[in-house]
Amino acid sequence: MRILSIAFNTFRENLRDKLLYNLLFFALLMIGSSLLLSTLTLGEWDRLILDLGLSSINFFGVLIAIFIGIGLVSKEIEKKTIFTIVSKPVPRYEFLLGKYAGLVLTLLVNTVVMVLGLLVVLYYRNVPVELVMFASLGLVFLEFLIITAVALVFSTFTSATLSAIFTLSIYVVGHLSSDLKAFGDKMGAVGKSVLIGVYYFLPNLERFNLKGEVIHHVNVSATDFIMTSAYGLSYAAFLLVLASIIFQRRDFQ
Amino acid sequence: MGTDEVILKTQGLGKTFKVGFWGRRVTALDGLDLEVLRGEVFGFLGPNGAGKTTTIKILMGLIYATSGTAWLFDRPIGDRDAKSRLGFLPESPYFYDYLTGGEFLRFYGHLFGLQGMVLAKRADELLELVGMTHAKDLQLRKFSKGMLQRVGIAQALINDPELVVLDEPMSGLDPVGRKEIRDLILRLKESGKTIFFSSHILHDAELLCDRVAIILKGSMVACGRVSDLVDKESTQCVEMVVANLSDEGVDHLRPLSEKIVVQASHVLVVLKGHQHVSNALDIIRSAKATLISLTPHKGSLEDLFMRQVKEPRQHAEKMR
Repeated sequence: MRILSIAFNTFRENLRDKLLYNLLFFALLMIGSSLLLSTLTLGEWDRLILDLGLSSINFFGVLIAIFIGIGLVSKEIEKKTIFTIVSKPVPRYEFLLGKYAGLVLTLLVNTVVMVLGLLVVLYYRNVPVELVMFASLGLVFLEFLIITAVALVFSTFTSATLSAIFTLSIYVVGHLSSDLKAFGDKMGAVGKSVLIGVYYFLPNLERFNLKGEVIHHVNVSATDFIMTSAYGLSYAAFLLVLASIIFQRRDFQ
Repeated sequence: MGTDEVILKTQGLGKTFKVGFWGRRVTALDGLDLEVLRGEVFGFLGPNGAGKTTTIKILMGLIYATSGTAWLFDRPIGDRDAKSRLGFLPESPYFYDYLTGGEFLRFYGHLFGLQGMVLAKRADELLELVGMTHAKDLQLRKFSKGMLQRVGIAQALINDPELVVLDEPMSGLDPVGRKEIRDLILRLKESGKTIFFSSHILHDAELLCDRVAIILKGSMVACGRVSDLVDKESTQCVEMVVANLSDEGVDHLRPLSEKIVVQASHVLVVLKGHQHVSNALDIIRSAKATLISLTPHKGSLEDLFMRQVKEPRQHAEKMR
């Protein structure tokens, strides 16, 4: 009940934020622009629409997750709005989960709008829609859940700017983490164990990328999909617990 | 007036902060003992940086004390039940400025599990109590500072709390705004609530409080009823302005007075105490001078406060 009130309040805050509409506008513009670009290409335009569409949804979703996520808690502390919440009978972790749920709800609504945009474009160009595209979108959303949680963790103990830098770094490294492992394999024992450790600790975000499968019409097995989802959800849950522990201990100056 | 039930208590409460890169320790609060009784208006006074807000933040569970203990309603800090009987207005409050006055109060009501018609009615009542009914559908970003303060107090009352804690409720307000807040505090007291507020505006505290505590550099320097503190600590004097007083008259008045200032045709006489007033008046009458004004100066909280602030400084200077 309290978590829901905080979540809806966060959702309302996001809806009244101009940043959200700017990002959404550009996302739809990008998806729509694939129509224009596809007239310039020969033959392969359905791939181009799918690739550009899915990439836009992914990119702008991550931008929303990072740029709203980093301010989620640090802004409340900076503006001291948190004083009136924590002094009410609301445990700190409930506040945190409420803020997280609010942003996830915002992302869900945004993703639905962007997916509708993509479906309109696909329908207009008569591109067949396959199940694997929805599997891919599902995993993209899981990636949002993780990125939002990463931003939330940083947001509980550092400023918005630093949170943005850290979260962006985690996002980039998370997509390159299999390279870390490959690199580690070529190193000595110490270097190898360090890099393998980092590989397992960081989120392996490339696992959530099914764009290749969508474009090349390759089906994904249900087991793979379920395992990846379980991985994403547990990683996000781990981050939320971590954020709660940090948040519980800190002073609000 | 208060009963003897203690509803807020601190024992040896202390807080040190680490500041800067090297984590230098700064003591913000040092062994504070405080007791607030049910039904009283308690003023928590001190200059800026004395540790008032630090104390309040510890009590509200926003920061953790590094030493000592505190209780609200006989329960440790952070207890859910104690928090549900508490209302809090932070210093120069910032609220969710994208909400309207009505949405704002409903949000805080939800946090206490209030819903539907009960909540809507409560929100309307509170907006009326603080005189903000007109701002129900106005976003908080368009509020003036006085309006924010009032809607902030409404927020603190949403759960009908037994104890209301206000951090600097009068700071930054114009005289009209301050009077409104004062009236509101008195109305809350009438309805049986206990009010604990911090302030550095002593005049307000003197008008409102049953008891006050004065803290300085993290330690308490005085605590008690305003009347006791003021009477005990200050001597009263009487100031007279007399016109056309002869030099002879001035000489007669000298033994009765602390200070005499002659300015052209007017003479300012500061008498040692009110017991000398009638003698002084006799002298003025026999000297055929005119009494322009007679002002008794009662000791105020401000005198006490200034003395308390100065003493440790003088003490420190002597030590050097």
